[in-house]
Amino acid sequence: MAFNYDKYLRLEKMPTLWCWGCGDGVILKAFIRAIVKMGWSQDDVCVVSGIGCSGRFSSYVDFNTIHTTHGRTVAYATGVKLAFPDKHVICVAGDGDALAIGGNHTIHACRRNIDITFIVINNFIYGLTNSQTSPTTPKGMWTVTQKIGNIDPTFDGCDLAIASGASFVARESMLEPKKLEKIFVKAFEHKGFAYLDILSNCHINLGRKNKMVSAMANLEWIDSITISKKKYDAMSKEEQLNLFPTGVLHHDDEADEYCDMNREIQKAHQGLRSKITQDDFAKKI
Amino acid sequence: MTREIISTGNELAAIAAVDAGCKFFGGYPLTPSSEVMHTISDLLPKIDGTCIQMEDEIGAICAVIGAGMAGVRTMTGTSGPGMSLKAENLGLAQMAEVPLVCVNVMRGGPSTGLPTRVSQGDILQSKNPSHGDYKSITLCAGSLSECYTEVVRAFNIADRFMQPVIVLLDETIGHMHGKAMIPTKEEVKAGIVPRKTFDGPSEEYFPYECGPTEPAVLNPMFEGYRYHFTGLHHDRKGFPTEEIETCRKLIQRLEDKVEAHKDEIESYEEFMMDDAEVMIVAYGSVSLAAKESIRHLRADGIKAGLFRPITIWPSPAERMKEHADKIEKVLVVELNIGQFHSEVQRATSRLDIDGLFKVNGRAISPHEIVTKVKEL
Repeated sequence: MAFNYDKYLRLEKMPTLWCWGCGDGVILKAFIRAIVKMGWSQDDVCVVSGIGCSGRFSSYVDFNTIHTTHGRTVAYATGVKLAFPDKHVICVAGDGDALAIGGNHTIHACRRNIDITFIVINNFIYGLTNSQTSPTTPKGMWTVTQKIGNIDPTFDGCDLAIASGASFVARESMLEPKKLEKIFVKAFEHKGFAYLDILSNCHINLGRKNKMVSAMANLEWIDSITISKKKYDAMSKEEQLNLFPTGVLHHDDEADEYCDMNREIQKAHQGLRSKITQDDFAKKI
Repeated sequence: MTREIISTGNELAAIAAVDAGCKFFGGYPLTPSSEVMHTISDLLPKIDGTCIQMEDEIGAICAVIGAGMAGVRTMTGTSGPGMSLKAENLGLAQMAEVPLVCVNVMRGGPSTGLPTRVSQGDILQSKNPSHGDYKSITLCAGSLSECYTEVVRAFNIADRFMQPVIVLLDETIGHMHGKAMIPTKEEVKAGIVPRKTFDGPSEEYFPYECGPTEPAVLNPMFEGYRYHFTGLHHDRKGFPTEEIETCRKLIQRLEDKVEAHKDEIESYEEFMMDDAEVMIVAYGSVSLAAKESIRHLRADGIKAGLFRPITIWPSPAERMKEHADKIEKVLVVELNIGQFHSEVQRATSRLDIDGLFKVNGRAISPHEIVTKVKEL
């Protein structure tokens, strides 16, 4: 029997404002299936989104939901999570949200390794606001602010997340919904900060002037720039150029999680343990 | 019942927050407010609360709003540059009706200004920190004791009106060290009025469906009442809408929920005003100098009195007008170039209100006030 999404959707909000052929719907469905796999109660989940097409994600799913200001998604989520560390807090942001205006929050949430899943829907463009350059827009592509070609270097969010200390970093594209569901489950199961770079299409505002006018053309392009991590790792540097590895790129189950450490702070202040010193940490610096 | 405590204004603000039931503090170091965070970082973990130093001022206010949305009492502390950075998200808290307390220990501005020196330059900023229409609530501590009592009051007002409440200290009050008489913890605890909640069936719950002059009723998160927060114009369930009447009613209600209940918020002190022939209007640390100057003026035969607004926004406009209708000489003394002076002009419908202003990072002395009053 087909999966019934209705229980987890705010059906009165349908249809979504996402364009025909947009990949965000595929991501939303995989997200819901993963939540169901986790067996979580809707009441125990908080979904926090930012501004842009991805920002509307939170209003379509029937959980405790927050639609925040541009770029601040994970900072709001940090407050929710620290107030209720036992609950499940998931952020959904766009590439502009996570890597441009909210870059600082992204870096530091990764660094703290707080138990939040950060889903970045990366469509390589500012879609909702009509094709402005995003930090992930490929060089040379047309944008409405760089009509003769983008010269800004492209940001790899996964590299940033790994360097910043996130303990789970993965990339998938909406082309493979089953893999997407699996990666969501893995990220939800992970105790620590999970950064997910989820590639999606925007044939309307990325594709229209970059020879990807149809959704299919945009998806074919995404397919052409992604390759499994295993194959990627076996390639030479030259072959790796212009490709994004997919799958789990980094996974560290040993890293200290922030809410757990915060609990130790509380215990120390309450006389339930000694002060925290450098000896408490294997990795001190 | 009161208790005696020897402390600083900034420390008292932190102690007050914890006594008032604050469970979460998000901050960023900002002179001259940092001691608020230094103090609360020791106090909150003792009661299973959390203090987090965020990556920047914006992150701090966002985390605080997030915790407020989740349902706990929250506070942040900062100074002028931090207020400027927090502005956009204070707007979201106004729009989504999320209660929180924001302590601003005022320093010299604009920009980096005079970081370690006193100012009262954030009076107008605190009225409208963010873009758009809404009605701010701002309280201003005029003594060490009030650094405690006004923060306690701010938490109750925030939960009553479901919006941010700004508590202004200035550098002088914040760093003043001395004896303060403050209410006992038990008294504060007994006075806590938590936010209203809805306990009917969840399908009948509409958090933003309330009377035209009442705040939203926002249940804590994770308790079975799932709804939506947004900074967009929203309907009764919190979902984005552009429906004309819903938009109009929402913004009008943000204004009216405060305007209709000003009497619950208004607070001021009158010092030697009964027979006053000169009214000095001053607030914060300047009011301490004003009181001293009034004693000197009265010794010289000049009947001066002090009107001290404790609630700055909405201002005690009617009361100021009552006085100004009877008293010819009115002098506003403040550490800015007339930010509250313009409000006194508005409230009293008088353009002949005098002012004594100072913007060099130094306090105004009683002697300067005495000299100015004698020139009137």
